[in-house]
Amino acid sequence: MRKVHLFKSLGLVLTASMALAACGGNEKGNASPSASASPSASASSGASAGEGGDTVKVGILHSLSGTMAISEVTVKNSELMAIDEINAKGGVLGKKIEPVIEDGASDWPTFAEKARKLLSEDKVATVFGGWTSASRKAMLPVFEELKGLLWYPVQYEGLESSPYIFYAGATTNQQIVPSIDYLLEQGKKKMFLLGSDYVFPRTANKIIKAQLAAKGGEAVAEEYTPLGYTDYSTIIAKIKSAKPDVVYNTLNGDSNVAFFKQLKDAGIAAKDLTTVSVSIAEEEVKGIGADILAGHLVAWNYYQTTDTPENKTFVENFKKKYGADSVTSDPMEAGYTAVHLWAAAVEKAGSFDVEKVKEAAKGIEWNAPEGKVTIDGDNQHIYKTVRIGEIQSDGMIKELWNSGSPVKPDPYLKTYDWAKGLSGGS
Amino acid sequence: MLQALTAPRTRKLWLLLGYAAAAAALFSAPLYLSDFRLNLLAKFLAFAIVALGLDLIWGYTGILSLGHGVFFGLGAYAMGMHLKLAAAGGRLPDFMDWSGVTKLPWFWAPFESFGVAVLLGILIPAALALFLGFFTFRNRIRGVYFTILTQALVIITVTLFIGQQAYTGGTNGLTGFTKLFGQGLKTDGMKTGLYLATVIVLIGAFVLCRYLVKSRFGKVLRAIRDGENRVRFLGFDPAMYQMAAFAISAALAGIAGMLFVLHVGIISPSMMAIVPSIEMILWVAIGGRGALVGAVIGAVALNYAKSSLSESYPEIWTFFLGGLFIVATVFLPGGIVGLAKQIGPLFRRKEAVHDQALNPVLRESNRSV
Amino acid sequence: MWLTQLFNGLSVSSILLLIALGLSITFGLMKIINMAHGEFIMIGSYAAYVTQNVFKSALPKSAFDAYFPVAIVVSFAVAFAIGYLLEATLIRFLYGRPLDSLLATWGVGLVLQQVARSIFGAPNVAVTSPSWLDGGMRIMDGVVFPYKRLFIIGLVLVCLLAMYLYIYRSGPGRRMRAVMQNREMAACLGISTRRVDGMTFAIGSGIAGIAGCALSLIGAIGPTIGTNYIVDAFMVVVLGGVGKLVGTVAGALGIGMFNTLFEWWSTASLGKVFVFVLIVAFLQWRTMGLFAVKTRSLD
Repeated sequence: MRKVHLFKSLGLVLTASMALAACGGNEKGNASPSASASPSASASSGASAGEGGDTVKVGILHSLSGTMAISEVTVKNSELMAIDEINAKGGVLGKKIEPVIEDGASDWPTFAEKARKLLSEDKVATVFGGWTSASRKAMLPVFEELKGLLWYPVQYEGLESSPYIFYAGATTNQQIVPSIDYLLEQGKKKMFLLGSDYVFPRTANKIIKAQLAAKGGEAVAEEYTPLGYTDYSTIIAKIKSAKPDVVYNTLNGDSNVAFFKQLKDAGIAAKDLTTVSVSIAEEEVKGIGADILAGHLVAWNYYQTTDTPENKTFVENFKKKYGADSVTSDPMEAGYTAVHLWAAAVEKAGSFDVEKVKEAAKGIEWNAPEGKVTIDGDNQHIYKTVRIGEIQSDGMIKELWNSGSPVKPDPYLKTYDWAKGLSGGS
Repeated sequence: MLQALTAPRTRKLWLLLGYAAAAAALFSAPLYLSDFRLNLLAKFLAFAIVALGLDLIWGYTGILSLGHGVFFGLGAYAMGMHLKLAAAGGRLPDFMDWSGVTKLPWFWAPFESFGVAVLLGILIPAALALFLGFFTFRNRIRGVYFTILTQALVIITVTLFIGQQAYTGGTNGLTGFTKLFGQGLKTDGMKTGLYLATVIVLIGAFVLCRYLVKSRFGKVLRAIRDGENRVRFLGFDPAMYQMAAFAISAALAGIAGMLFVLHVGIISPSMMAIVPSIEMILWVAIGGRGALVGAVIGAVALNYAKSSLSESYPEIWTFFLGGLFIVATVFLPGGIVGLAKQIGPLFRRKEAVHDQALNPVLRESNRSV
Repeated sequence: MWLTQLFNGLSVSSILLLIALGLSITFGLMKIINMAHGEFIMIGSYAAYVTQNVFKSALPKSAFDAYFPVAIVVSFAVAFAIGYLLEATLIRFLYGRPLDSLLATWGVGLVLQQVARSIFGAPNVAVTSPSWLDGGMRIMDGVVFPYKRLFIIGLVLVCLLAMYLYIYRSGPGRRMRAVMQNREMAACLGISTRRVDGMTFAIGSGIAGIAGCALSLIGAIGPTIGTNYIVDAFMVVVLGGVGKLVGTVAGALGIGMFNTLFEWWSTASLGKVFVFVLIVAFLQWRTMGLFAVKTRSLD
């Protein structure tokens, strides 16, 4: 037992000082380049944009490990591609974009931690990132506190409009509401609402129920399964006994694979029962198998088959960069568009300063792969065209219907009479 | 020279000096760490408090709980509910509004007061631990059966919290906090204050645990770890001691959870789930079970490693983290503190090498599964 | 309707049993808290995926349907080999230290997930099920037993039988039981405990591989699918009683049946909560699981 204490105490001091020194050292190492060269440090805002010499740093924050990596990695890829494209054309304001990639690890507090790191240590000009609602909600206070800018690339449940977030994905009135209208027009009135047990499906289904009640439809049942749930035999039995016209599916991730494989095994094909999914895009079709999904419906703003000249080059470049068998999907396109919209806003503002970029972003138009998009100045969402599609046996999605022109984003559904009282006082 | 340094009296002095230096380093951290790093360190120190509690029941009592995420989460939710109410400022919290709740549920009301919230944040985890312990320990459920039971507890709690979105915020959890004591939560003064509060609580928890393990109570705990039935035959009731240790440990986890929310600004069911619960065990194991210092060092060092590895190698950092666990178990069975004890003998005379103090801890904490 | 539900319960039980069988060996017999068990399931799924791709690209279309039986063998072989390797390089240092094994195998799981992500990419991949498993047996109007489910039930029965014969009716199995019961005594009697350990762990891993292959028929294939199954697998083994094959079967049946029943009555989330509450309550009553190994020792 002798000397043990000496070594214990030495070890204690050593470890503590090492950890602290490492923390401190890291801080200095990171801070110096951007501190040494920031020619136009703005006076108006605390967040000095991450300019250093002839590069500008931007953050990419997605889950690269954990359960959400299956979806988020490809969005990261398309964002990096957009950055490469901009750099190849000379960058923004003459500066090359330097992406700083962080892993949110499918864990919401980690998203908050990494967002804080990107803003306060790397001093990035903006951040592209997030997928789940929970990750966005976790990052939101950080961006509002440090006055940073976040571009969020995924469709979501609405009821939010933070001054420091640009929402590049669809809100409810650009995806769910029109898809329900479409189904009602087709005479499909009895709907079975199936979702994973988290915020997006629950909020979406609340909206759907109000809409159905107002327009003569009926929600025959509402079922939620825990995230990562893999056995749907009982749910399918419930669907059989409820005999709906449509299953409106807001399941997420692995559960979709299990649900559709087991639905097919139970002898229910797309021709027997229509399903509409809002979380299945080309990437997910590849993971489930096109033979299983053929004939089922989806609602998005973009498909790989969307017929615009911009999309042709987008798909071409993506396949060139990430392999011929890679596919493009709505969130990937939204992430790609977000990067270009940010660059356009910076060029217009003539500065990387967050407040100036926000001001300049209002009303910016850009020809995205999905067609013309416009940033709404009031709520920082984006005008998007709504598209209902049918999954084909080759894994592509054929457009059945579209809204004709981009739909104005309305995250609180204020322009819909039947939605009164849904969003409470806010 | 070395001989003089390690005479019993000077040894104690050195130990005290070591603690004092560590405390001084922690207290002065706001002076030389950036805001972000200070925030990280504060979070790690909060984790260290959980680790202390875990070490108390695992390292000293031989009970492995893979459910401490729940106790941590309950404490965190207690504080989160208070902060949410403070942020809402008399109105309904935003997520309730969306979920169609029109009146504040009765069980939210007490959290309006900071004092009550803190009290409940300690008492609820402790009560739950007592409740669970009352049945399991008296039924002599031990080892892996107890461990699996705690995992079931995790699944139950997480599923319930996610399912009751209107009352708990669902998967999103509670976030968007602004105020504490009417002050802005994000001001520099508040951040430094919260950091220092965490350091003080950690030192308090450390002193408490140290007092407990040195006391007669601690001796009985170790006796239970080494031979529960022998303790029983000696006329003690092991269940009472196990319950007490489990409840204290849960209360510490609750306190840590409250501090965590203050630093991180979010609590969601994912923090209570299986993975964080297992990670908590890893902190203690890497640091060195059966040594309170080890728990603290393990929690800080491992979280620091995780954070900096994922910053430097965002795409492949889990390789390194996984590798670290493997290497640590094979080469460092006694954790970081064990390493100190392994290196120690190299510097001293041969006879001292027969230091068996560590081995029973290892053997017993392992055997009880 | 009750017929469908009965079948669903049986089907869920069979899947639980399949994922727990391998664990009942590595954990139940060897006392290794194998947190990488889920990752061996993942390995099996990816092995099936690779086999399918080889068949698609190298063989004529008509031979494609034959890939699945081959995939089962390949999945077993790959998981077996990786399990054997893991035992030889890591696990053998951890006997008698179950909690350290938890730590180390947790690390192994992390590494294996990252390896899968690096090789196959982060998104899920798809396995096309062979056409002879499509569709189902029509029992009566509205009651269909999918062939895949029937196939999995059959596969579980085969695995169970094979394991029973191996453990209780063969020479190597007898040696395995001897080593697991009393390592020193077995070694004294001339059994090579090293070889037995290696085989045992590899067989447990191999069966997890088969489970992964079968699950590719009905579920997702991605780097993190193992995490979906690991807790359930432990619950089954512990509920049944550690170290007893018959216990594992009973545990799987119990959890599967109750889960289906509760889910039908309430919702999937609540059903899950009920099942776990029941497990907690049950363990209070039978503290060593359904089928405890009888022993006179106190500690």
